Amino acid sequence: MLKIESITKIFGGLTALQGVSFSIAAGEITGIIGPNGAGKTTLFNIVTGIYDPTSGKVYYGGTDITGFPPEKLARLGMVRTFQGIELFGQMTVLENVMVGLHTKSRSGIIASALKLPAHLREERHIRERAISWLEFAGIAELAHMKAANLPFGKGRLLEIARAMAVEPQIILLDEPAAGLNSRETADLATLIMKIKDSGITVAVVEHDMELVMEICSRIVVINLGHKLAEGTPREIQEDEKVITAYLGEG
Amino acid sequence: MKFLEGSMKQELMKFFVFAVAVFTAPVFFKGGYIVNVLVFVGIYTILAVALNLLLGLAGQISLGQAAFFGLGAYISGVLTATYAVNPWVAMVIAAIAVGIVAFILGFPILKLKGHYLAMATLGMGIIVYIFFNETVDLTGGPSGLPGIPNLAISGIIFDSDIKNYYLVWSFAIVTILLSVNLSASRIGRALRAIHDSEVAARILGVNVRLLKVQIFTISGIFSALAGSLYAHTVQFISPASFGFNVSIELLTMVIIGGLGSIYGSFLGAAILTLLPELFRTFQDYDIVVYGIVLIVMTMFMPGGLVRGIPLLARSLLAKVKSGLPSERRV
Amino acid sequence: MELFEQILQYILSGLSTGAIYALIGLGFAIIYNSTSIINFAQGEFVMLGGMLTLFFHITLGLSLPLAIILAIVVTTAVGALFERLAISPLKDAEPIILIIITIGGSILIRGVAMLLWGKDTHALPMFSGNEPIILMGAAMMPQNLWIFGITLIIITANRLFFHHSISGKAMRACSFNRTASRLVGIDVKRMILFSFVISSAMGAAAGIIIAPLTMTSYDVGIMLGLKGFCAAIIGGMSSGMGTVAGGLIVGVLESLGAGLISSGYKDAIAFIILLLILFIRPQGLFIKGEAERV
Repeated sequence: MLKIESITKIFGGLTALQGVSFSIAAGEITGIIGPNGAGKTTLFNIVTGIYDPTSGKVYYGGTDITGFPPEKLARLGMVRTFQGIELFGQMTVLENVMVGLHTKSRSGIIASALKLPAHLREERHIRERAISWLEFAGIAELAHMKAANLPFGKGRLLEIARAMAVEPQIILLDEPAAGLNSRETADLATLIMKIKDSGITVAVVEHDMELVMEICSRIVVINLGHKLAEGTPREIQEDEKVITAYLGEG
Repeated sequence: MKFLEGSMKQELMKFFVFAVAVFTAPVFFKGGYIVNVLVFVGIYTILAVALNLLLGLAGQISLGQAAFFGLGAYISGVLTATYAVNPWVAMVIAAIAVGIVAFILGFPILKLKGHYLAMATLGMGIIVYIFFNETVDLTGGPSGLPGIPNLAISGIIFDSDIKNYYLVWSFAIVTILLSVNLSASRIGRALRAIHDSEVAARILGVNVRLLKVQIFTISGIFSALAGSLYAHTVQFISPASFGFNVSIELLTMVIIGGLGSIYGSFLGAAILTLLPELFRTFQDYDIVVYGIVLIVMTMFMPGGLVRGIPLLARSLLAKVKSGLPSERRV
Repeated sequence: MELFEQILQYILSGLSTGAIYALIGLGFAIIYNSTSIINFAQGEFVMLGGMLTLFFHITLGLSLPLAIILAIVVTTAVGALFERLAISPLKDAEPIILIIITIGGSILIRGVAMLLWGKDTHALPMFSGNEPIILMGAAMMPQNLWIFGITLIIITANRLFFHHSISGKAMRACSFNRTASRLVGIDVKRMILFSFVISSAMGAAAGIIIAPLTMTSYDVGIMLGLKGFCAAIIGGMSSGMGTVAGGLIVGVLESLGAGLISSGYKDAIAFIILLLILFIRPQGLFIKGEAERV
């Protein structure tokens, strides 16, 4: 579904990524792991259109999407979450998810300003869909709370609910478990499995090894900008290069 | 579903009450001098609401709103005073022309953010102001452009304070309604999303660049309409009414009322237009007052008066309640 | 021959005002580099320099050198006060909040100046007489030499400070990485205050040396501030030669434009340059680098 081909990214004097290639199969949960500073988030940023790669290509369902801006990718069914959650703090939880439905709705400026009947119907529909996504993520009771006041764990769930509202084909999660306690992480794992079970492809950048080994069917290891290894969780756990990279030589 | 209709009903009620108040106000004031001042409150309300859409909703700062205000006024003024074009036609031409200018300028300008955007809009405003001053043959330069005719509909000429009041406030009411509607809609949410996190908005498919330019254009068109109305009610315009200080006044009005609060913009416009009338000496101190208001309100009451006063009242009430010996503790 | 002399004249006077813009621009850059804030009130420090000197020299009758020193001291105090009262408490606020605060500050300072000294324009006496000096057919006032000389001194002092003194290097460290600076023991809050102090002093100096040539009044700050900002933008907000070059470019282009095309549009020229740079190359003319899309 997603093919990353020889991606290289150089920032001034720093080579963040060098010739990284791998594929993400549809309907699976793929984990991307690696020591800190390995270039994982940079990779995500390139795939999701926030950076341009210095060289290399990204293919999505066969189409070359290299350099496509994020808003275009959303309409093609790709969505992501952020390491430091980017919520719309001044809006309510419900409104956050309603923005997620932006690509699923059409009322323009004139229809909205004049409150035409089609617009009103659409608003009702957006609200209903948004509520059902909040229920999906298990935070429906917080609907009218201001997003900035959410506890961190709930904020993560909101970001996921909001991303799901786009009805994506693939969702990229950037360190979703960061900052969560073990119970919240378990809830997160359940949610991610639920997402995968609904047919959506998931890619996760993570540091929490337990979580990664538990939910991912395939893992890619990145270290110092290079792809170090690729395989099933069992294969990765036994891979010498990976063990060395994480634990050091000798 | 109930919630949606409930809050929409609330909004409509608010608007209805406001509209009734506006239309009956002159009766209360028995058509005195204050009606003249209220005409200007109406014009500045339109301008403040226009800025609020840009700044309060979308989070894009503009220090050059006076440029659109002035362009609307001068296009209407020149077309009607010098070329005897029908005032209504001139108003439409002005609105369209300014809309086009705003749309074209919007793309490069709104690529900028924060301070750079502020400076760019400031520069834009000053360039337009200099243009008004220098093109003496067209605009009359610093001495101004006199002889602008009143607007008229089927025999009724808008040549008195009362008639201009209803003329201007009809426009203002419509502007407020459109803006309130826009704010509580998919577009309004998208704009507020841009304000809070542009990158997240993009990731969700919002065409940030286009939407920013669109709201900038709408803001420009509303401001141009205000300019045309201003030209026809005052019948004389000069560059001094469209300088940098006007842009600052508008900013202060929006801050006073509260970023994002449409009715707040009316409040801000009313306060800053009425103050110089109530306190003649205010005119000498006005710059100092604006400066203090901007700093103090931004530091202590960032939600503006519309949110700040109820908050203040609530906390005062809470303090009073806790001070009253109304409950016995065991 | 005549055209050549005219152009030379324009270039010379352009370099002179350009030097002033450079000083003002450096003020913007120094504060920006330590706080990421654009200080809208920078132009008002320039205004205060000239107006206060006027006040001390003419109204209070103090000698010119003393008046100048006092003016710089008072302006610096205003700058420090502004930082302490309005900037420091809000350092973590949204950028829009800080922009509005510095706008409010600039308006406040201007308003107080208007209350104290009215709206008239005044002239400060030239530092060393009114006899023009002729250089290759172009006339130059002695004041221009003062401007070049003092600007050179300030820029050199600036460079020495930032690159060869401990405090200066500490301030540059803050601008590169605030957290790391804190970790090595640099008092970031003090550095920020310091940056305001230096910028307001430099701004005041700029305002003082130009005042004899261009008259001063309560609202000169807006234009001078904007043009100084333009210089800083061209220089990519660098606290060094880039901004100086930016200032000279703006000054010369403005002077040539005013002389050769139209004097009424003189101010517009600087702002058109500003808009063009912001639209086409906001990172300045001298800094290499790509702009990220986000």
